[in-house]
Amino acid sequence: MSVFSLAPRRVWLLAGYAAAASALLGAPLYLNDFRLNLLAKFLALAIVALGLDLLWGYTGVLSLGHGVFFGLGAYAMAMHLKLVASGGKLPDFMSWSGLTKLPWFWKPFGSPAFAMLAGLLLPMLLALLLGWFTFQSRIKGVYFTILTQALVIITTTLFVGQQAYTGGTNGITGYTTLFGLRLSDPRVKVWLYLVTAVALLAAFALCRYLAGSRFGRVLRAIRDGENRARFIGYDPSRYQVTAFCISAGLAGLAGMLFVLHVGIISPSMMGIVPSIEMVLWVAIGGRGTLVGAVLGAILMNGAKSLLSESYPELWTLLIGLLFVAVVIFMPRGLAGLVDLPAALRRRRERTDAGGGSGGVGGFGNAAGAEAGGAEGVRHSPV
Amino acid sequence: MEMRPAQKPEARKASGILRCEEIVVDFDGFKALQGMNFTLRQGELRFLIGPNGAGKTTLLDVICGKVKPASGRVLFRGEIDLTKRREHQIARLGIGRKFQAPSIFPSLTVREHLEIAMRQDRGVFATLRAKMTPADEERIAEQLRMIGLEAKAGRKAGSLSHGEKQWLEIGMMLMQEPEVLLLDEPAAGMTDRETEKTGLLLREIARRRSVVVVEHDMEFVRNFASSVTVMHEGRLLAEGSVDEVQRDERVMEVYLGRRRDADAGRSTA
Repeated sequence: MSVFSLAPRRVWLLAGYAAAASALLGAPLYLNDFRLNLLAKFLALAIVALGLDLLWGYTGVLSLGHGVFFGLGAYAMAMHLKLVASGGKLPDFMSWSGLTKLPWFWKPFGSPAFAMLAGLLLPMLLALLLGWFTFQSRIKGVYFTILTQALVIITTTLFVGQQAYTGGTNGITGYTTLFGLRLSDPRVKVWLYLVTAVALLAAFALCRYLAGSRFGRVLRAIRDGENRARFIGYDPSRYQVTAFCISAGLAGLAGMLFVLHVGIISPSMMGIVPSIEMVLWVAIGGRGTLVGAVLGAILMNGAKSLLSESYPELWTLLIGLLFVAVVIFMPRGLAGLVDLPAALRRRRERTDAGGGSGGVGGFGNAAGAEAGGAEGVRHSPV
Repeated sequence: MEMRPAQKPEARKASGILRCEEIVVDFDGFKALQGMNFTLRQGELRFLIGPNGAGKTTLLDVICGKVKPASGRVLFRGEIDLTKRREHQIARLGIGRKFQAPSIFPSLTVREHLEIAMRQDRGVFATLRAKMTPADEERIAEQLRMIGLEAKAGRKAGSLSHGEKQWLEIGMMLMQEPEVLLLDEPAAGMTDRETEKTGLLLREIARRRSVVVVEHDMEFVRNFASSVTVMHEGRLLAEGSVDEVQRDERVMEVYLGRRRDADAGRSTA
């Protein structure tokens, strides 16, 4: 099929993607090392946002525990890097804590392939277990969200408490090489940036495919009316678990890349606050739109690093205000602004046309609201 | 069959595609169904009537798995006990349910509703790989014509009118190609013309499928029903043709003399 036979909207969309992809991949040409490293970090975090959006925006399941999946990926990579840096000796923090030999579960992380696989699969496995038991028993909505918060507390407490095995509050840091390449080398940093950019593009393509497939339509159906989907013959728990697993896997991938750029992972980076921040990126960018999630993550983290350099206390205050403002005034996030001109035009036309068409618009809204209300299938006896 | 209580022999000629036996439903002490028996034959269009609180909707809920009965069985095709299955499994067996209030997915388009409702493998991996075939496209187009929503195929369902949502839901049910359809007041809130159209559609559907319709509108029942089951206080009260049922003394008591002579009505039931 030639490009010219596509609908104009699709052509613009493809052109937009191509432009964004080349801007990302060409960044080493126009950013200095410091900025490139920051951008690499933001791109890694954008992968978390993509996964969260798939889960929250499309499936309607809000996880405030993605810091854990992110952290598991990050720790898997950090364990490998630490073993390499220790050069066959016991990692420093272990000897400080009085360990004399490497714990058994650390040993396989000497292999980079194992570490990377673990960084992807461990978060997915954890999500599978948690998701299986909660969604099967129809624990959902705010109860599920609370469970994910509990998961964060359990995990961070465990990581802080087991200092000899995890590095405790300090986390794991002090890496040197990956695949024999020096991580501090600027040329290696450019390569790592490119790997991250490609990973983000691949994650985006994956999520786009999922969202545009029939699978994605079933996810949205489950978000809109879980019970209705059940009575058509879909098992919502299977779909929710799948979305949760994919989302967790993406967070794990992001964590692995993040460690490479930042050079440290500690429990504070997977705690309650980062977990909530991740959701804010999606909310502010626009949930239910993948581009919105990516932009939200990059812009929010960009703003954070700009502001927190000069006013560290101001940032948390601002992020709170921003969240409230977005929820009240821009429920669809930044991505909703794209449709704003059209929405304003419609509103103007409606006011111009007076009562008649205004009534139609109002009716449409009322019908939508009614559909939302009618969805919860009644539980009264008759 | 020989073990069944001899209630209305003529209504039980065939063993039935669906057979509810002695269903008891207990909502925290309130017995919504108290030993309900019900048999639906293949290809039958059956109307379920009865005063408010008779247990009509609850009976549908039991069949489609939404409510688990305290005791009793629901046999599908004479062998599968539906009370042991979960909702989505029952739906996959070929039992479609339409709820009283239109329940659609507000953010999905009309076409997307029909696409996901279409009879197909509903597993995660199947939907991940699913492709629209020309045959699927045609099926959806045909269904859109049938429910009169061709022009609104790309519209989000949340913006449809009440009647259109009801039609969309009926369309979704038909896309599932169920053997048994359970409809709860499909014509509620419709205009006279829409109601008439719905009735004709039900007759058309019942040629190939078995249909149970819960209905309050006696006019609608008289016009379209072939056989009627009357429920009262969680039990079967009477069964037969519209005329038979209307002449039934107990039915008249329940519908007409219930307030005046409530105790008499209960003792005869």
